[in-house]
Amino acid sequence: MKHLLLGTAALALTATMALAQDVVRMGTEGAYPPYNFINDAGEVDGFERELGDELCARAELTCEWVTNDWDSIIPNLTSGNYDTIIAGMSITEEREKVIDFTQNYYPPTASRYMALSDDADLEGGVVAAQTNTIQAGHVAETGATLLEFATPDETVAAVRSGEADAVFADSDFLLPIAEENDAGLKLVGEPVPLGGGIGLGLRESDTELKAKFDAAITSMKEDGSLNELLIKWFGEDTSTF
Amino acid sequence: MFSYCTDPDTLDRIRWFSCYLTTGVHMNFYKSFGTVLLLLAVTAPVALAFGFIGAIAARSSILAISLLGRTYTAMVRGVPDIAYFLFFVIALDQALEWVKHRVVCPDWTEPVRQGANFLVCPAAKIPMGNAPQAIHEAYGFAIAVFTFAIVFGAFASNVLYGAMRSVPRAQLETAEAYGMTRRQSFWRILVPQMWVYALPGLSNLWMVLVKATPLLFLLGVEDIVYWARELGGTKTPRFTDYPHGDWRMWYFLGLLVFYLALTRVSEIGLERLMRRLTHGQATAGGDALRREGPA
Repeated sequence: MKHLLLGTAALALTATMALAQDVVRMGTEGAYPPYNFINDAGEVDGFERELGDELCARAELTCEWVTNDWDSIIPNLTSGNYDTIIAGMSITEEREKVIDFTQNYYPPTASRYMALSDDADLEGGVVAAQTNTIQAGHVAETGATLLEFATPDETVAAVRSGEADAVFADSDFLLPIAEENDAGLKLVGEPVPLGGGIGLGLRESDTELKAKFDAAITSMKEDGSLNELLIKWFGEDTSTF
Repeated sequence: MFSYCTDPDTLDRIRWFSCYLTTGVHMNFYKSFGTVLLLLAVTAPVALAFGFIGAIAARSSILAISLLGRTYTAMVRGVPDIAYFLFFVIALDQALEWVKHRVVCPDWTEPVRQGANFLVCPAAKIPMGNAPQAIHEAYGFAIAVFTFAIVFGAFASNVLYGAMRSVPRAQLETAEAYGMTRRQSFWRILVPQMWVYALPGLSNLWMVLVKATPLLFLLGVEDIVYWARELGGTKTPRFTDYPHGDWRMWYFLGLLVFYLALTRVSEIGLERLMRRLTHGQATAGGDALRREGPA
């Protein structure tokens, strides 16, 4: 076993020499369409894939995509398993204490409830949300019983099966599902504005990388290409810069 | 995969499935079965080796070594597997990086621990930050195998320790009477005969190991459970050519069948092994074989 470990380390060393330029590892969840998801070919796809590739091209970085469970996405960034989080993560004060964010590449938007019927009890019933999200935090503050799940898909499945009365998530994640209208799922209640938009998460020590990404986002905001991407993935009605 | 797969909406059911089940993402799913089997194939012998060393250590007449062997078994056996898995993977990773950090970056002045961050110098990262993804995956897998081997080695050590004590004393006495040294009687008499006593316990451990492989998912390796959950989830038409409802039940049913089949194959294999090992042994099983007549 020791040999195997040493062998891997040696392999890693030789690989380093072969690859002189720096590789930036982009960590994402791969389960939150349209932000990021795994496509039929088994690759990371979605708004953030296209955006991330463009940002890396503008910042002249070589980027590689890595998927990680949402639950451990921040600890694995701080321990250095990858260099950025680009996973639809809203900029919040609590997260700012642990990691740094670039400026937002997605404007502050509303979160929505989705349920099977219009009269679902959003204030006193059972509401599903993904663990460690701003939505879960919000539900905990309302009178509703919070039902947490590890993946976004499971939160929606809980409403379908009747386990939860409603699901609370980013409206852009829920919209395509509600438009499908399978099993009668629809958006209910009023939109709730949450968070300060979505940014790239970075380790607090990586100030140089943060500056590069900030500059790339600024240039995409200025030439309008970011707005084009937003409209392409989230529709005409989405908020732009 | 097939030429008719370009427009899945128009296909009949059988063709639709033939396309659906051969998408790139399904290929990843099938590959992960290989990952699980590879884990079993590598972990089992390594764990057995750990167990063997642990058992020899525990039997040692030198107190310090004996204590070391016993502590290893007691410690690992007493802690829940999941706690051990989560702790060990992080601790091992950080320990390796810290040692490498000390060696390659002696001039580094910043502290390694900064609040929540564990930061070693870039040259000390394992694997290197710019290594290809395959290296990162191989490293994660190696750490997983090592962790599994430590945990299951402790159980194996206990089983082997018991088995070594079960070999009839008369056998060792005879060896001594023939003038064999301690070392000779251990390797020539004790070890060949102990396996029959160890096998029931070891076969149990093998089954537990088979059942424990989904823990890979906890260790960040994309195993069959990860893919079953990912593929089984509801897919809307905007993001895939193959939309479907919540199929998680069917995917997990597939896993169930896989694990049951693996169990059945293991049972058959272990039964044959037991028969081989029992042959000529001074046990009830060995007696039964003798009565059956010459093999």
